Amino acid sequence: MLSCPSSSHPCHIHLGYPSALFEVLYIPFLLSLSHLLASNGKISSWQVLDLGKRHHLDAGGDLLCSEQSFPGATPYPGDLLKLGRVFLAQITWEDHLSSFLFLLKSLVFLLYEFWFFIKRGKTKKCSIFPFPPPPGFSSYNGGGMNGTSTMMDFLEEPLPGVGTYEDFNTIDWVREKSRDRDRHREITSRSKESTWALLHSVSDAFSGWLLMLLIGLLAGSLAGLIDISAHWMTDLKEGVCLAGFWFNHEHCCWKSNTTFTDRDKCPEWKSWSQLILGHGEGAFAYILNYLMYVIWALMFSLLAVLLVKGFAPYACGSGIPEIKTILSGFIIRGYLGKWTLVIKTITLVLAVSSGLSLGKEGPLVHVACCCGNILCHLFTKYRKNEAKRREVLSAAAAAGVSVAFGAPIGGVLFSLEEVSYYFPLKTLWRSFFAALVAAFTLRSINPFGNSRLVLFYVEFHMPWHLLELVPFILLGIFGGLWGAFFIRSNIAWCRRRKTTRLGKYPVLEVLVVTAITAILAFPNEYTRMSTSELISELFNDCGILDSSKLCEYVNDFNSTKGDDLPDRAAGPGVYTAMWQLALALIMKVFITIFTFGMKVPSGLFIPSMAVGAIAGRLLGVAVEQLAFYHHDWPIFSGWCSQGADCITPGLYAMVGAAACLGGVTRMTVSLVVIMFELTGGLEYIVPLMAAAMTSKWVADAIGREGIYDAHIRLNGYPFLEAKEEFSHKTRAMDVMRPRKNDPPLTVITQDSMSVEDVETIVSSTTYSGYPVVVSRTSQRLVGFVLRRDLIISIENARKKQDGIVSTSVICFTDYCPPLPPSSPSVLKLRSILDLSPFTVTDETPMEIVVDIFRKLGLRQCLVTHNGKLLGIITKKDVLKHIAQMANQDPDSILFN
Amino acid sequence: MAARGARLCPLLLLLAALAGLGAEAKNSEDVRCKCICPPYKDHSGHIYNKNVSQKDCDCLHVVEPMPVPGPDVEAYCLRCECKYEERSSVTIKVTIIIYLSILGLLLLYMVYLTLVEPILKRRLLGHSQLIQSDEDIGDHQPFANAHDVLARSRSRANVLNKVEYAQQRWKLQVQEQRKSVFDRHVVLS
Repeated sequence: MLSCPSSSHPCHIHLGYPSALFEVLYIPFLLSLSHLLASNGKISSWQVLDLGKRHHLDAGGDLLCSEQSFPGATPYPGDLLKLGRVFLAQITWEDHLSSFLFLLKSLVFLLYEFWFFIKRGKTKKCSIFPFPPPPGFSSYNGGGMNGTSTMMDFLEEPLPGVGTYEDFNTIDWVREKSRDRDRHREITSRSKESTWALLHSVSDAFSGWLLMLLIGLLAGSLAGLIDISAHWMTDLKEGVCLAGFWFNHEHCCWKSNTTFTDRDKCPEWKSWSQLILGHGEGAFAYILNYLMYVIWALMFSLLAVLLVKGFAPYACGSGIPEIKTILSGFIIRGYLGKWTLVIKTITLVLAVSSGLSLGKEGPLVHVACCCGNILCHLFTKYRKNEAKRREVLSAAAAAGVSVAFGAPIGGVLFSLEEVSYYFPLKTLWRSFFAALVAAFTLRSINPFGNSRLVLFYVEFHMPWHLLELVPFILLGIFGGLWGAFFIRSNIAWCRRRKTTRLGKYPVLEVLVVTAITAILAFPNEYTRMSTSELISELFNDCGILDSSKLCEYVNDFNSTKGDDLPDRAAGPGVYTAMWQLALALIMKVFITIFTFGMKVPSGLFIPSMAVGAIAGRLLGVAVEQLAFYHHDWPIFSGWCSQGADCITPGLYAMVGAAACLGGVTRMTVSLVVIMFELTGGLEYIVPLMAAAMTSKWVADAIGREGIYDAHIRLNGYPFLEAKEEFSHKTRAMDVMRPRKNDPPLTVITQDSMSVEDVETIVSSTTYSGYPVVVSRTSQRLVGFVLRRDLIISIENARKKQDGIVSTSVICFTDYCPPLPPSSPSVLKLRSILDLSPFTVTDETPMEIVVDIFRKLGLRQCLVTHNGKLLGIITKKDVLKHIAQMANQDPDSILFN
Repeated sequence: MAARGARLCPLLLLLAALAGLGAEAKNSEDVRCKCICPPYKDHSGHIYNKNVSQKDCDCLHVVEPMPVPGPDVEAYCLRCECKYEERSSVTIKVTIIIYLSILGLLLLYMVYLTLVEPILKRRLLGHSQLIQSDEDIGDHQPFANAHDVLARSRSRANVLNKVEYAQQRWKLQVQEQRKSVFDRHVVLS
């Protein structure tokens, strides 16, 4: 081995960029290499060539020294394969190292390295930026399209990294879609050539459906896990099952014989006071149970917020606003990643069982989308194309709602109405399939033991009278008012959290809210139980056998026959339940405002439904009693005579729930479908529609946006709302950059700029793309090139292509002009040029421009005047313009 | 592709296990027919719970012994409500255990990251800083990051390094996310 010329003095190691690259990429390799060699005891030191340097290391892998610029150094930061060659060369040089075992070992080792190399390809490619990567860039998770396993890939990708996007950027739908079409065309044309290619094309066409199947299975299983665990943990706050700690209260008492009066008690289930004190009666036992309830609640929420903070901050919140934004083309790396999935699933259970006023439905959509995104990595078609991936995510969102409510069709409609941005018919069918599979999977897990997908499935088929529409519409008005009130106050509170010191203490905030919730919730039995159970009880139509207080009517057991139960007078239990429910309503209304948006996974469907269901039940019981005591009134006389069963309070609860949910989210069609899928009856579509529509009108009259749009605006996500109209008389030239007094637009000419010129432009500006023109004087447009692609291509060409120096001319045309032989070779970059950029003339009304941006999902649009390039409009400009026109702060749009 | 497949394998196994358990043959403990009978004449209400098949789940098969004399049986049974229910206790048990073990692992890892690792790191770092300062005094040489990392981890095995590297990268990501969510309040507020 060579010894270092000055090994007694450690040489300089330049700490610049290459060295950092060296550190990140090579050290694991070097160490393992040295370890292998040294373990054979054959060598004492060795060297590694890197970027014009020679590193000398001792047998243990310690860096002895490095030499600068020795002649045989590789010009390109040798990748691991090259190092592998060095390694193999060393083996041949060291003859006596060639024992069989060692070769086997090194082979395995190289394979292992290669595997890691593939896995890490992304990082490595990112690191060929000449500047430090932007913050958050390294957080690869959500959208890497540059996987390196290109065995199956027919298209020649000129360079890895070209055509990808940075974090917090918007994708270009048009470009992505055309890339997919190209790819598809390529596969189709090849499929005629050979059987293998045909097989490939078939599998490619089939992969979408396979992916849907996998998403459905995974989402359904996870929903089952969440349901079962959340149910168990919720009951853990009250006691524990001695027959098997994994049973919740209901399953604990599965076999045991319970009495008619005390149905909830069974010997196997012990409340905490019974377990600790030995008896469950008395004030002390009550206090002990109270204490245990609060302590468990605090512990669950503490764990939830700590896990979220420690492992996956993106797992907090409901996730639907972000998913809406992502589906519209935004990129948040890591938002749909593995860790987010794991942490969201785990902490969702904790958050729900802590008794906070939140639900699991919204987060389940996020969980399903994470599944979709992760499973996308299995298929090249979806891994590499952001637009295709978003189609899958739309379908995954449908699967999420499908398992959350047990409503597959409602899920598909929810995805269509509320979250999706680009929803072709193909996606509709796929969503339907994914929702179906997910619901089926959940059904076969049977998490609630009632053969239903949700806890609050109801089954009643009482007819309703037309006159009842009046109270239903009243409920709709209540829902709309509550929705508007909730959105206003929640946004105000969230803004406070965002801007003031409150946001600095997320853990403390969660603990305080949990403590308040738990302390207030325990004394009232309707808030003590989980919100889903509350809703289920409120939806329930009182039969003669129901034991809850809500059903404590004055019964005449002997006069009734079977199922047919007339309206009855309310007993004392009902009156107690009424004021308890009223208290519960007040508590839920206020505590939900502070809960939604905390840094734990928190959905909003269940609390809103609970508020509506309580209000509906209160109204329902009131109407029922009114009809019972005043059945001689003219309005009741026709249809609600004495002894008839005409008012179903459970139906009122359901209508109220739909109204409140509609007021908050502004859903209409999907909401009604979800609700009637919950009831399994078609009779109640009209009441539900009336309530949903009224609540939407009332809420829209007070505030335009639903809660998700309001959160999107609060966070300043670049979301171009497709529902709102743009109706201002501005033209493209008013919005485009550069403005009147700005310096002219930065452009690149097609065949006259050198590498150095372009690099200067790139480093002196921060634009994400540059128009390419024929020449500066004519300003005629050729195409558009993205900054990221440009940087990657130039950097790569400098490293790999011979003769590319600073003075080389960059040429975007097909045939580059002949150059004198002495000049350096030409860098051809036609492949990265987008030859079909969208253009409008400067006189185009903004209404049309906004429409183009919305419908085509553009990222930027060039503005021409008399055929000459004049300026550029980006999505950010459009969003800012819309905000400005709506008298909002245009700087609230944070991202581009 | 193979690598990705391998990575997803446990996930799919879990999925298959969960789905399989749901469809598994029902344990005899896991079916019940529950009849709730309201008070009738001078008989108080009663709940009957019996392990019978779905087709036998009615008042006549389940309510034993019949509390009322023959002529009243029909009237009594008319009011009873019988419900056949199924569950899978194995699924419940396995799910809860899987959930608790994942939660436990995460908590252990969190404890490790917050408590144990800083101590270990301090010890290791302190050691290498000692060496470094010695050499610094001798040569007045600026030292490279590479050297530090090399010196710190030379004795570790190869795989550990990979893991550590992946862990570092992941930690950076999480830190970045934490900054944007909790400090700058850019997203998710």
